[in-house]
Amino acid sequence: MTILGLPIQVLFGQLTIGLINGSFYALLSLGLAIIFGLLNVINFAHGAFFMLGALAAWLALTVGGVNYWWALVLAPLVTGLFGIVVERLLLRRLQGLDHLYSLLFTFGLALAIEGTVRDIYGTSGLAYPVPAALRGPVDLGFMRLPAYRIWVVVVALVVCFGTWALIEKTRIGSYLRAGTENARLVQALGINVPLLVTLTYGFGVALAGLAGVLAAPIYQVQPQMGSSMLIIIFAVVVIGGLGSTMGTILTGLALGVIEGLAKVFYPQASSTVVFMIMVIVLLLRPAGLFGKEA
Amino acid sequence: MMNRLAPLALLALAGFLPVAGVYPLFLTKCLTFALFAMAFNLFTGYVGLLSIGHASFFGMGAYIAGYAAKAWGVPTPFALLAGIAVAIALGAAFGAIAIRRRGIYFAMITLALAQMVYFFCSQAPFTGAEDGLQNIPRGTAFGLPLGNDLVFYYFVLALTVLAYLFIQAVIAKPFGETLQAIRDNEPRAISLGYDVRSYKLVAFTISAAIAGLAGGLKAFALGVATLPDVHWTQSGNVILMCLLGGMGTALGPIIGAIVVVLLENQLASLGVIHLGFFSIDFSTKAPIVIGIVFMLCVLLFRRGLVGELIALLGKRGLATETASRHTP
Repeated sequence: MTILGLPIQVLFGQLTIGLINGSFYALLSLGLAIIFGLLNVINFAHGAFFMLGALAAWLALTVGGVNYWWALVLAPLVTGLFGIVVERLLLRRLQGLDHLYSLLFTFGLALAIEGTVRDIYGTSGLAYPVPAALRGPVDLGFMRLPAYRIWVVVVALVVCFGTWALIEKTRIGSYLRAGTENARLVQALGINVPLLVTLTYGFGVALAGLAGVLAAPIYQVQPQMGSSMLIIIFAVVVIGGLGSTMGTILTGLALGVIEGLAKVFYPQASSTVVFMIMVIVLLLRPAGLFGKEA
Repeated sequence: MMNRLAPLALLALAGFLPVAGVYPLFLTKCLTFALFAMAFNLFTGYVGLLSIGHASFFGMGAYIAGYAAKAWGVPTPFALLAGIAVAIALGAAFGAIAIRRRGIYFAMITLALAQMVYFFCSQAPFTGAEDGLQNIPRGTAFGLPLGNDLVFYYFVLALTVLAYLFIQAVIAKPFGETLQAIRDNEPRAISLGYDVRSYKLVAFTISAAIAGLAGGLKAFALGVATLPDVHWTQSGNVILMCLLGGMGTALGPIIGAIVVVLLENQLASLGVIHLGFFSIDFSTKAPIVIGIVFMLCVLLFRRGLVGELIALLGKRGLATETASRHTP
């Protein structure tokens, strides 16, 4: 069976790889958007936290013998806690200043984290095995796919839409949305905004850590995995705008899929297609697809 | 005036340093990075938009100048001009796209565009991929044998002084004042009838051109042009130099560049230090130290060394010029 002259296996194979990348883009840009919404901080260290999540899973397995399923819970918790410490002790001091200062601070933090990990573990990459229960292919009838890839897409989608529901449909989410609109007014209504800020940052960072654990068996655990991912996430955020939760998730997924398709039809462009789309969007619609301000 | 003349005094002093026994190649490296930082400061310090893409102009300046001199035997001054021309073209393209957005979005767009240039350089045939361009010949300029480290140092020093005077002319009235007006209150500048976008674009392109010159000089100084020159960490380095020295001041970028280059050199030469039970190899710690200095700068002295000094003198009524408002 062929579509557009390509075997359906090849096409759908690349589409699922695209969907996996898209899942990571969605998870990471979602965390970035939530943090920016309440804290007005562009978290340049988001990529570094993603890498730390993967590293935490690897360390847990290699040193502590903690399996993948526990790591899936523990690594995001540990990275989230680390994020909370950073926010409480350091990032908080930059509140009220120009947004660029917090960007520069997290830029330095990312350099320091990446540099430390490279110094200890080198750049060659640490292999993380696919958990036993998810090894081997799954037969979908028309094609066979590695079970782990399906698992990643499902988990990412569940977490993304769960987060969306948490923000849009629950009471705590309404605090967050209100805080994004006007933090001082929310504080005046008796809601502990500093605590909300800390928890929001921790949650966003934990999402990055979770993405890191999911990524560990697919890519190797490498110090630079975070920064190369982060630059793509920035392009995703510029394309989609930071205003809408659902918009951010959908843009992330869509760009992953487009990147996957580029690998099939024009492989040379696959590493830059997201940036090219960013340029086109900026020329046609400077505010971004879901953006509100110029 | 003090703020404007101090850099010239410093550059004049730099003319005597080789006589005092300071290694000329090290001084040349300091100067090329000072030039790079001055270029960056011209845009980010005076327009108030953060570019995380300046490594593209620096790195492409290095690649183009180096390739022209090595592969085609182009005379050194023309090779440098070729590097500047490409940096101008790239800067105009980056600027035209990125200036459509402000604030953090501008920063993210410049970073994303620079990553495209990085991918291009890692795959293009002329850059030599992982190995980079090696053994770039310095050749001659106006009959001067640039192969001599000392002669080359004075050549770079002369160009740096010229570039400094050029930057001072650009940021003087009326162009520079308009830039600062845009930085301080953009809606007002628009309502006064200024074509804000053109001003930003011109400033960005000039900044890119000088960064390209700095890159070309660096390629001739060290004889190599490699992928780290176009990597985002290089953009981070130049941000740190300006932040550490004092963004938006004339002297700050020069001081910042010298401190950062010295710091990297010192770390490399410290090597392995044994402290009782454990030992630390400082030669591999540069990125960590740079990252930590970055965070300390942002947390503790956002005006930078020169900016804090000017503020201190201003308090005592000694400074003739007050530090301008700082937005990185």
